[in-house]
Amino acid sequence: MSTAQTVELETVAIRFAGDSGDGMQLTGTQFTQTSALLGNDVATFPDFPAEIRAPAGSLAGVSGFQLNFSSQQIYTHGDAPDVLVAMNPAALRVNIGDLKPDGILIANTHAFTDKNLERAGFESNPLEDGSLQMFRVFPLDITSMTLEAISGSGLNQRAAVRCKNFLALGLVYWMYNRPLEHTIAWIEKKFRAKAPDVADANLAALKAGYHYGETAEIFTHSYVVPKARLEPGRYRGINGNEALGLGLLAAAELSGLELFLGSYPITPASDLLHFLAAQKHLGAKTFQAEDEIAAVCAAIGAAYAGGLAVTSTSGPGVALKAEAIGLAVMTELPLIVCDIQRGGPSTGLPTKTEQADLLQVLYGRNGECPVPVVAAATPGDCFFVAIEAARIALRHMLPVVILSDGYLANGAEPWKIPDMSQIPRIEKDFHTEAEGFQPYARDEDLGRPWAVPGTPGLEHRLGGLEKEHLTGNVSYDPANHQFMTELRAAKVARVAQHIPPTEVFGPESGDVLVVAWGGTFGAVRSAVEHLQGKGRSVAHVHLRHLNPLPADLGDILGRFERVMVPELNMGQLAMVLRARYLIPVESVCKVQGKPFKEAELIRALSAELEHAR
Amino acid sequence: MTRYPNLPPTDASALSTKDFKTDQDVRWCPGCGDYSILAQVQRTLPTLGIPKEDFVFISGIGCSSRFPYYMNTYGMHTIHGRAPALASGIQCLRPNLNTWVITGDGDSLSIGTNHLMHALRRNVNLKIILFNNRIYGLTKGQYSPTSEVGKKTKSTPYGSLDHPFNPIAVALGAEASFVARSIDVDARHLQAMIKRAAAHEGTALIEVFQNCNIFNDGAFAFISDRRERPKTSLVLEHGKPMRFGPKKEQGIAVGRDMRPKVVDVAEHGEENLLVHDEGNPTIAYLLSQLAHPDFPTPVGVFRSIDRPVYDRMLQAQVDDARQRKPGRSVQDLIESAHVWDVR
Repeated sequence: MSTAQTVELETVAIRFAGDSGDGMQLTGTQFTQTSALLGNDVATFPDFPAEIRAPAGSLAGVSGFQLNFSSQQIYTHGDAPDVLVAMNPAALRVNIGDLKPDGILIANTHAFTDKNLERAGFESNPLEDGSLQMFRVFPLDITSMTLEAISGSGLNQRAAVRCKNFLALGLVYWMYNRPLEHTIAWIEKKFRAKAPDVADANLAALKAGYHYGETAEIFTHSYVVPKARLEPGRYRGINGNEALGLGLLAAAELSGLELFLGSYPITPASDLLHFLAAQKHLGAKTFQAEDEIAAVCAAIGAAYAGGLAVTSTSGPGVALKAEAIGLAVMTELPLIVCDIQRGGPSTGLPTKTEQADLLQVLYGRNGECPVPVVAAATPGDCFFVAIEAARIALRHMLPVVILSDGYLANGAEPWKIPDMSQIPRIEKDFHTEAEGFQPYARDEDLGRPWAVPGTPGLEHRLGGLEKEHLTGNVSYDPANHQFMTELRAAKVARVAQHIPPTEVFGPESGDVLVVAWGGTFGAVRSAVEHLQGKGRSVAHVHLRHLNPLPADLGDILGRFERVMVPELNMGQLAMVLRARYLIPVESVCKVQGKPFKEAELIRALSAELEHAR
Repeated sequence: MTRYPNLPPTDASALSTKDFKTDQDVRWCPGCGDYSILAQVQRTLPTLGIPKEDFVFISGIGCSSRFPYYMNTYGMHTIHGRAPALASGIQCLRPNLNTWVITGDGDSLSIGTNHLMHALRRNVNLKIILFNNRIYGLTKGQYSPTSEVGKKTKSTPYGSLDHPFNPIAVALGAEASFVARSIDVDARHLQAMIKRAAAHEGTALIEVFQNCNIFNDGAFAFISDRRERPKTSLVLEHGKPMRFGPKKEQGIAVGRDMRPKVVDVAEHGEENLLVHDEGNPTIAYLLSQLAHPDFPTPVGVFRSIDRPVYDRMLQAQVDDARQRKPGRSVQDLIESAHVWDVR
């Protein structure tokens, strides 16, 4: 039996890092699921390169997965890992700067060859040259241990070496007193039928890692992180793209409409296409178009035909879809545009997160072309934002943009399963009455009737040319253009009447108000909570509706001495708030392809609080 | 489950040409070939036995693309080049609709070639009428992707340099299941082609030679002139030997070198002429290369084959998946993941 002492911890962050092909995403996901099942609160941050398989051992090929698990409610994946598992020198080099002082480093010595050290830019072996003194370093030949553990499995050398991530996982499971059951079940389900030898080898590696921790006596401590006090209920794990897909399906069910997704593969939005393509049994029709423009145009066609029409993409795709989104504005058809943002401009940082499409989706089209914009705060929130977007699109008959980002899309969290029967239905009826039908008549929300092909007596023409009020006929009348331009703006403004009162986290008035949006929620909430705990006068408003802004936002902004807006861009919401409310706004910007760290925001906020005195 | 208006269809047998006319003034230039095409469509639709409310006309941008405004059906005048994509979305959601795409040579062979080719390869149930006038009309007279080399226009004062697209060859290259050609002024032939296209399951493309009397007048004079047409055109008929001329005295034969040649029927023998076969891709391509003045220009159906129809297959996938997992809800899907209870 192990002689290691067991220590209780509140929160631990672990980062698994290796080559793109080393299975680090899988390893991290398994640890996440096991911890969630154990009752911890969990948040994850998968961070992988755009290259599918960059050269082995290269810095470009390093793939990482960080997860934070806790006995408390947590909002982020953790600023700095307590544990780094580095499968090669490149993974060490890329990630060691983030490891906490006195943090645990587990390094696979087998990969620390002269060649790999050189590839990673090391002049000497950091495991031997004393440069890692500030960490607790555990150099282990994980590869050889794996080969030994599964000898006789019949796998060839190459396949055998690939099991090493399970050995590392088993070891970390032992360190944190996690049970193996979930991962054993996963391996059985994944491999048993297809490749029983691979199943056996992975199981052997997993158990060998666990037993090594138990018996090797090189670890003086093991740790427990007790259950978190989560809100009672039924939970599952979810990432942002899954939640978005489920939300769109839910919106289709709540409205009784057929879901149609026109999409073109693009990182980090493709998983939404994959997810919905697999849900045909729920009636979802997906169309992988020839390009981004065809994808949105097919969706507009489906909207005209009476579907719940969606197109999904990332920033570059939104740019290509701009003209077609304008067509949906002009024809006043309900359309949902999902922008899973990534680093830009141009191809930018495809696999990294950023929030720099806000101004693009607000203003990036020809003419006066306003659309409502909503943004998700957490992976699970994507579900509710999708329903909200559908509600707006159908109520007001217009395209709505959903902003998510790479961090939300791939990040996972435990998610309290919603009860569909408790979510209000989305009421939008097709127009069927031929008597007095006018395609551009208005209801109280300024929506126009949705008359779909196949309805006798309602034959009518739409198009991108300016429409005459009520009749929808082509019109070049100057006064009509002014009227219709104002009407399209009023439609968007009308959305604000349905936005619930803005929630202020913290005091209703005070020194500093932090206004944020999108995937920065976790880091901002953590930083604000931290400073509130120190008695500082700071509050947090997290905006779901970015256009129109909530009607009460101006009042709330006015109750604080200073307003700070942290964003993963160069100050886009800050610019909107300054223009709209004519107030000074302090902008905190980060464009490194990475989410905010709690510590960065605490620093920025503390400085802002100093100014407030 | 879906809530499409569940109203009984109207009586298709009672339809007439006037039912398809709108109250909008037709604003093409007087003498434009588009008038004839509009008239032939409006004459043909009532004969198809399809309720009026099931027709949808989708266009892009250009002179021809004003077409939907003049059709008293459902329709949309969309954005440049994108009509096939938008129409595909309509047809994929509602395979029982009857969606037509109206486009021009600039719209579908320049800015929108991509979408045209992909609609054709997928074989979405769309009927595409491509108005080919070999010029940009709405932007006032620049050369188009079907203009002949050396064309002098406002944007090519020294003559155009680019080799033109052959719409029929482009469609065949995309393995379209139905490809035909007609002429704006040949009302009877054009009606026949519209009928054939309407009856085809899958994407049907009709190229119509259309005269722009303002910017490219007479581009098709060689074939639109009623007296010249027997000499300059080859009317394709499935299963028939290829003959043309005022007295059908000439024919098309293929030599041992696989090259087509014009032959005298009396001399060569009708049994030695090439016989048209709408299912033979080699013949379709060979025909696509025949053009005035070296050959008669073929009109009619180049190719018509049965191929699975995309929107029908998509619907079948959905229906099949539903049958395999009946009665599932979104709640079921949410809970199909690994779940756990927190007490």
